Order: sequence, then C-alpha cells, then structure tokens
Amino acid sequence: MTELARKRPEFRNINALKDLPTYRLPAAGFVSILHRISGFLMFLLMPLIIWMFDSSITSEISFAKLSAAFNIGIGFVPGWFMKLVALALIWAYLHHFIAGLRHLYMDVCHAVTKEFGKSSAIVTLTLSIGLTAVLGAKMFGLY
Amino acid sequence: MSSVNYGSKRIVTGAGYGFRDWLAQRVTGTLMALFTVILLAQVIFTSGPIGYEEWAGIFASQWMKVLTFCVILSLLYHVWVGMRDIWMDYVKPLAVRLVLHVFTLVWLIGCAGWAVQALWRL
Repeated sequence: MTELARKRPEFRNINALKDLPTYRLPAAGFVSILHRISGFLMFLLMPLIIWMFDSSITSEISFAKLSAAFNIGIGFVPGWFMKLVALALIWAYLHHFIAGLRHLYMDVCHAVTKEFGKSSAIVTLTLSIGLTAVLGAKMFGLY
Repeated sequence: MSSVNYGSKRIVTGAGYGFRDWLAQRVTGTLMALFTVILLAQVIFTSGPIGYEEWAGIFASQWMKVLTFCVILSLLYHVWVGMRDIWMDYVKPLAVRLVLHVFTLVWLIGCAGWAVQALWRL
C-alpha cells in the first residue's frame, strides 16, 4: 500500500440548507459557481438552442415562425416568456464566455495573485450582468 | 516509498490525472470563443437590418459551414468534460452517476447530430 492509495479522511461539515445561504463567497467564488450553473443551464436548454438555430436558417417560413414565437408566442407559451428564457441563455453565454476568457488569461499569464483574482472576478460579474441588462432592454423594446 | 513521485517515478493510482481533458476544454473553449467573435463581426458588419437572407447567408459559405461543424464537435467535447465534472463532484452513488453519464452522452450526441443536420441542409 502506498501513501497515495491509503483512504483519506472525508469531512462533510457543510449543510446545504443551513450553511450555504449564509456562506459569504468572495467575488471569485461567485464567478466560479456561476460558471458551473451557466454551463449546466445551457446544457439543459441545448435542444431549445438548436431548435432556434434550425428554425432560423432552414427557410424564410421557419424564420418567420421563430420571430413570431418571440413576438406573439408559440403554442401555450407567451412571447414574453420566450424572451425571458432567451435572456437567461444570453446571460449564461456571456458569463460563461467572459469567465472562460478569464480562465484562459490566468492559465497563459500565470496570473495567480489574490488581487488579480478579485479584480478580474468583479470585472467578469459587472460585464456579464451589464451586457445582459443592455441586451434585455433592447429585446423588450425599452430603447 | 521513494521520495520522488513525478516523471517516470510517479506512482500511478488512478486511470488518469485529467490533464488531457483539462487541455481539451481550453482548446475547444478557445475555438468557440473565436467562432463567437467571427460570427458577431459578420452580424455587426452586415449593412441594414438582418432578415432571413442575411442571417442564413452567414452560414451558407463553405468555410463558415466547416468552422461551425468544428465548433459543434468542440462543444460536444467541452460540455462532456464539464458535465462529467459536475456529476463527479455532486453525485456519489456509482449507479446513479453511470446513468447520468450515459444520459449526458446520449443528450449531447443527439444534439450534435441535430445541429449538424440543420447546418448541412442549408
């Protein structure tokens, strides 16, 4: 038996319901968990994304149907709900994209200081939420 | 046990250390980021409002089809690595994890097939 193969002790002292809501994550921690959540969301909604891609390029008729799904609604789903889902996907993509670039930059430049971790995390959150708000306002016709 | 545990002296205790997947996730991520910028540039530099003709026209050229195809395959692998990480972190019972892994693979391969079909019908 080598040292590495020996069974390591497990510590499970975090209660998901009692501890997580009051746990004070640093900005980088929020970027990290949101990276995961946004990725999971896009994974679950992947058929919707491909359906939108398919409808948008197949024909003029399917393109018009897709536009109508957002403006009027499709089946029992109202248009505003489609827009809301699309906005969630926009946020997920933006966050995942920017946080991914942050990862790549850190890997390439060996940027591992605490200060950079914090400042880049704040930039990531600000940009992703800010751009989502701008695009959301455009989509709901606020400007 | 010897004090050296790297290179040819490394004691292997598992199937792998995940370096290949770590690297693949970065390479595929870079490709998808480049694709995003290229697609965005084409949308932004299109003059006038974008209707069906303009939008489908972006994907109609052969180089864009090939690039999009590569991005779909990249996405497949990228998401597989990411989802496997999630299941490995939160799902401990082996049987449940295996089922989720199989579901993830079927889901992803199905989606990739659909996306490629839509792309090449154009």
